[in-house]
Amino acid sequence: MEHLVFEFGPYPERPRPAAAVIVGVVGSGNLEALCESAPLGGRLRVEVSSSVHGFGNTWKAVLGDFADRVRLPDLLITINDAGATPAVVGLRLAQAAAELGAA
Amino acid sequence: MSAGYLEATARQRVARFFDAGSVHEWLGPSARVTSPHLAALGMPAAFDDGVATGRATLAGRPVYFAAQEPEFMGGAVGEVHGAKLTGVLLRAARDRPDGVVLLLDTGGVRLHEANAGLVAIAEIQRAVFEARLAGVPVVAVCAGSNGCYGGIGIVARGCDRIVMTEEGRLSVSGPEVIEAHRGVEEFDARDRALVWRTMGGKHRYLLGEADALVEDRFEALREAVVPYLGHARPLDLDSVRAEHEALGRRLARFGEAPDSLDIWSALGVADPARVPMLEPGPFVEMAAPLRERADA
Repeated sequence: MEHLVFEFGPYPERPRPAAAVIVGVVGSGNLEALCESAPLGGRLRVEVSSSVHGFGNTWKAVLGDFADRVRLPDLLITINDAGATPAVVGLRLAQAAAELGAA
Repeated sequence: MSAGYLEATARQRVARFFDAGSVHEWLGPSARVTSPHLAALGMPAAFDDGVATGRATLAGRPVYFAAQEPEFMGGAVGEVHGAKLTGVLLRAARDRPDGVVLLLDTGGVRLHEANAGLVAIAEIQRAVFEARLAGVPVVAVCAGSNGCYGGIGIVARGCDRIVMTEEGRLSVSGPEVIEAHRGVEEFDARDRALVWRTMGGKHRYLLGEADALVEDRFEALREAVVPYLGHARPLDLDSVRAEHEALGRRLARFGEAPDSLDIWSALGVADPARVPMLEPGPFVEMAAPLRERADA
């Protein structure tokens, strides 16, 4: 397992989602992402546990692109990954953003 | 979003099976109660260990539920996953809701934590009987993509009722397991028609094991489960003896049959070869008067 942590922002304040949101499942080529409000000084933090090693730069690029697009402050996204491709990661995050009402 | 239950995830199933807005999850993803065994093996965990548990209402009636996630390790039962199932059932035995609905979809015990999983199966089985003894009906829905196999196949048959679709399979050893142990001459796991007619919902209905066979639609599955709420089957020495006698009769009647088609023929099905082609409605109409009833 590879554990990666990324932080983006800080982003300007906006209303926080009331409830946690979970998207996806831990299946082959897929991932689950749990999105929760957390006191992060306006930052967006992503914690990734992945079964695939050595893709830190790819994660950083995909997650950074997402973070700068949605600009959600004080959000913790925890990801359990079972080998999702960058495209799948992007789609799952877009789904999470839609459910958080930030799309 | 498609209407089908078969390809939905556990959370989609829970959201669409029970009354809108009624679902309250216990030990949901935010609780992060995950498998210690998978972490030790360096494998990705799921926040809910592959099963959503909680309470909801169904047609306005209070029920407890568990829904296995088909995509996470094939719905397989690990230590935490099993403990959540056991917990739902024991809580039902204590609180006596109108029923427990188990949305089962599993290959059985998770091999990565096999010993803990096997212990979990025994605990789940016992908890099913605790709930039933408390007068709470336990309804198993076997309509998922993995089918319902291994220890959970046994657990399902210990429930009050089983609701199935044709695609939802129910057995102990799965097709690949049988083929691996006994050879392809005994069972060709790639022969889907053979798998469905040996383990599928129609066969289970004709054998009197499934109580209802419906289409792969949420509304159809809901409507099949609702009448069973609040009506527990007796669980006592007499009912167990009657079940044993019925199973003995079944063995005497069909023990030599080489294929399900021969069993269906012996039951009096006029055209067994046509059974797989029938839609659920006409099938049940044809099969209801003929099917083997364990409690007859």
